[in-house]
Amino acid sequence: MQAFAKAFWKAPITAKFGVLAITVYVLTAVFAPLLAPYGQFQVVGSQYLPWSAAHPLGTDNLGRDMLSRIIFGARNTVSIALIATILTFLLGTVTGFIAATLGGWADQVLSRLVDSLMAIPTLIFGLMLLTVFGTSIPVLICVIALLESTRVYRLARAVAMNIVVMDYVEAARLRGEGLWWIMTREVLPNALSPLAAEFGLRFCFVFLFISALSFLGLGIQPPTADWGSMVRENATLISFGDPTPLIPAGAIALLTVAVNFVVDWFLYHTSGLKD
Amino acid sequence: MRQILTLVAQRLALGLLILFIVSIIIAFVVELLPGDTCQALMGQSATPETVQACRAELGLNRSAPLRYLDWITGMLTGDMGSSLANGRPISDLLGTRLGNTFFLAGLAAAIAVPLAITLGVAAALYRDSLFDRGVNVATLTSISFPEFFVAYILIYLLAVQAGWFPGISNVSGGDVGFGDRVYRTLLPALTLTLVVTAHMMRMTRAAIINLMASPYIEMARLKGIRRRRIIVKHALPNALSPIINVVAINLAYLIVGVVVVEVVFVYPGLGQLLVDSVSKRDMPVIQAGSMIFAAVYVLLNLTADVLSIVTNPRLLHRR
Amino acid sequence: MSDSRDDLLLDIRGLRIEARTGETWSEIVKGVDVQLGRQEVLGLIGESGAGKSTIGLAAMGYARDGCRISGGTILFDGVDLTAASIEQRRRLRGVKIAYVAQSAAAAFNPAQTLDEQVCEAAVQHGVMSRARAQAKARELYEKLQLPEPGSFGRRFPHQVSGGQLQRAMTAMAMVCEPDMIVFDEPTTALDVTTQIEVLAAIRNAIDEEDTAALYITHDLAVVAQIADRIKVLRYGETVEEGTADQILADPQQEYTRQLVNIRKVAGEPHETEPDTLSLEASGVTAAYGGAHGPRVLHDVALRVPRGTTVAVVGESGSGKSTLARVMTGLLPPIAGEIKLTGEPLPPALKQRSREQLRRLQMIYQMPDVSINPRQKIDEIVGRPLTFYFGVRGAERREQVEKLLAQVELGPDVADRLPGELSGGMKQRIGIARALAAEPEVIICDEVTSALDQVVADDVLRLLLRIQAETNTSYVFITHDLATVRAIADSVAVMYQGEVVEAGATQDVLTDPQTDYTKLLLSSVPVMKTGWLDELLAERERRRARGEKVMTSSGN
Repeated sequence: MQAFAKAFWKAPITAKFGVLAITVYVLTAVFAPLLAPYGQFQVVGSQYLPWSAAHPLGTDNLGRDMLSRIIFGARNTVSIALIATILTFLLGTVTGFIAATLGGWADQVLSRLVDSLMAIPTLIFGLMLLTVFGTSIPVLICVIALLESTRVYRLARAVAMNIVVMDYVEAARLRGEGLWWIMTREVLPNALSPLAAEFGLRFCFVFLFISALSFLGLGIQPPTADWGSMVRENATLISFGDPTPLIPAGAIALLTVAVNFVVDWFLYHTSGLKD
Repeated sequence: MRQILTLVAQRLALGLLILFIVSIIIAFVVELLPGDTCQALMGQSATPETVQACRAELGLNRSAPLRYLDWITGMLTGDMGSSLANGRPISDLLGTRLGNTFFLAGLAAAIAVPLAITLGVAAALYRDSLFDRGVNVATLTSISFPEFFVAYILIYLLAVQAGWFPGISNVSGGDVGFGDRVYRTLLPALTLTLVVTAHMMRMTRAAIINLMASPYIEMARLKGIRRRRIIVKHALPNALSPIINVVAINLAYLIVGVVVVEVVFVYPGLGQLLVDSVSKRDMPVIQAGSMIFAAVYVLLNLTADVLSIVTNPRLLHRR
Repeated sequence: MSDSRDDLLLDIRGLRIEARTGETWSEIVKGVDVQLGRQEVLGLIGESGAGKSTIGLAAMGYARDGCRISGGTILFDGVDLTAASIEQRRRLRGVKIAYVAQSAAAAFNPAQTLDEQVCEAAVQHGVMSRARAQAKARELYEKLQLPEPGSFGRRFPHQVSGGQLQRAMTAMAMVCEPDMIVFDEPTTALDVTTQIEVLAAIRNAIDEEDTAALYITHDLAVVAQIADRIKVLRYGETVEEGTADQILADPQQEYTRQLVNIRKVAGEPHETEPDTLSLEASGVTAAYGGAHGPRVLHDVALRVPRGTTVAVVGESGSGKSTLARVMTGLLPPIAGEIKLTGEPLPPALKQRSREQLRRLQMIYQMPDVSINPRQKIDEIVGRPLTFYFGVRGAERREQVEKLLAQVELGPDVADRLPGELSGGMKQRIGIARALAAEPEVIICDEVTSALDQVVADDVLRLLLRIQAETNTSYVFITHDLATVRAIADSVAVMYQGEVVEAGATQDVLTDPQTDYTKLLLSSVPVMKTGWLDELLAERERRRARGEKVMTSSGN
């Protein structure tokens, strides 16, 4: 803990900004019901009211308070993205490690499967699958996990491959250790750094992916407050010179930037390389 | 020489195999629907006639292998069946739109690739300078922005406020000259450029930094060779392979970015058609469109691999 | 040693160099003087971390990324390199001072021909025209005994062998006829038989061109063949300096004496049971990639009597490491079998029982990767105890400490991570880990090759002591004949996948029967100036008599 605090002190301004921003988002998501002046589904007036004291960001296309919906959006979008990322990560890391540790035909089969899945662009594949299976939240999370885990598989496998050729892994094999032991006690502790960085990056991609899907109407469905859908619903305001739809879009961008800054600093700090 | 040809042939064969597997996935993804496919697609309120038309169109009355064969030969010959939503032949629908999408992607690539490579190389050579650090923060920010955010900002600033460009890219309809077309496509192309350039620049920079750390670069320095010559004669020839890789990966990424941008600007391209069809659950169009996107993606990756093989000095000159 | 500064080509006084780790700078060269006269060869010798490479580069006014020259003066031919501008230094490099790196394969650009790179410095500095430079290069290729000197330069780096590349790099350094060449461990990465050829070629070339040289190496026997004077370095400071003869015959400092006397480790006499074989390999034939792949071992046999050490000696490509993989079950052989104390072992690792695995242990070459950097020593040494014997908790800790004591380490080491230990200490942990299983046979795969000479000697002594205590047998894989002489009871010489000669160490090393063994033996540098001259003269005599002389196996 002390080491972390000391490192943080020396961190560049971008990283400090990143950590601050992430903290704000997390707090907003957790305390949303307390912070928002109105409910996310509550109609409070006529549509597209301009910014005022009662409604600091005006109202949306159905007359709901924008500010409240943005605050609830933090909770909805971020938590779904987080769950999807965790699932993605578990799936990708376990399969990647198995492929690297077992090698041979297990590696071949898994890698060919992943290559095929990766051959179709994620957004297109996502659109196709969501058309077929519908867009309920569990389906959304599973589809994203399946598609994004391929990238994590590639990284986890590459990292594990580098570790598996080390003599200490061979020593464990010669001892007679089983697959589970080698993966968790020999490989995993040496893979933590790159995996942690990848988790951050993957969150960004998942988050942007969900937002893109919602923007296209295939992600989180209304009336749930979600930033991507909110941009779509209120897009007409832009042509009237009202920048309000930029705010939920900006909220997406800000969180992603913050996470990227922190991951960048983390990579710099752990690799000892200046990049 | 023979070694190169063998490797290239192997890679091509692998590419074809992947295309084949992809086509099977796309052709049969519809089968994954629980219950009766067409009933599920058309919804509860569909008339029996619509469901019948759907069944006929999707060929569900025939066996699976035959269905696939019909579909794939259709794709290859240009007869891709008809849309479920409006009954028009799909090849008609795709025709101009495909050209439009390529135009947009091409315009964006033409701006992005030279810009990104120049910036990336410069940042790597002047590592840790103010320029490098500034570019690093800028690109990190840029890759974090969703495409629609960049798109709407550009529309807001350049179309609505300043009035320099049209907010909606109306490029269909007869006499749109080339220059005029570029003008109308500029804003969406700019959006794509901003995001793709950032990714490409970062990867190029990383590749060049990696290269500059090679021992033979240090050896050239110890021979007292001028820095400029080291970069041009020693670094760049070896940088060709990694940079080509970077460009190809990002061009593939461009294909996906096109979809969102077309929706925002209401640009009449393949991406927008796909999204529309998705909301209508127009499966034949979705399948055809997805297949085209996937094929282009696979071909780009294939080209990258082949070019990478062909520019490898160790393979060019046999032992 | 000359007093007049005018005579000296290179005059370094009070050199200080700092290196950066993270945010802090620490001194790695602490006030070293170096004087080199024209046409003189000075050997800089020391172990890793002595600072010799850094000093060599500093002689060119160059410091690697992460290093900086923080003090002292460097006078080259009257020019003060510390005060000179970057442009001035750049003009000297490649023209007046040249550098030969340790790894030739890494120092050449794979995208250009050898000629292009060899002549580059000469042409770019405007010293001579391209035609003249190419002619000079051809001359040098011939002097350095490279094959087909007329067309050699048109090849690409990956098309020639390691030894040839190293000589090409020497040619590259000599094209401009520099006043001084810095040789940075030029033969360290080569096989011992190739090393001789390259060393002789280098010496010839610098003699003929009257070039001064700084020859950096960790091998005192090698440097004695080529240097006029030798300077011994340790931890960034000079330990001793003198003529080559002086240093070898009458070393003044304790450290120098240790360097001169390496590999004089004597084994303690111990109980052996020569009639019981702990390990026996018979008729082993192995291939990579299935039964139809390229054969890497042909009908190999090995006999390891209980409580003795059998050395398996060979150069790269001889198959010695492959033999170890067959013994451990990582590479099932196509034919033949391995018996452990009379019991035939299943060919594949997966088929062996835990007991069988326990009785055959292995120690690895590289201390940094042989133990898991993320595990505490307690876990590394204790795991075999738990895995094989079910020992846990306080009892396990006690046994771990006993094992640590056996390898001459204190009990507090058990709570540390590998990153906190030195290379020698890490090797001892590897030994402790192997001992924890109470094996019958330990395979030592080049366990001292990556260690500094003096540290390696300590490890060998430890291994011998343990053998005397526990009666464990060792299969000692190495490429270094001096180590074989020091530690092995019997030896098997391998060449291209076959055992060409085997027998008691004394017999094989004093009276070799096969050509290859003779070549190997003769190629090991002896700690005596003039040894190389004698060897080359002997080979000439034999050629003159019409005998076929086997030279390096991988030139």
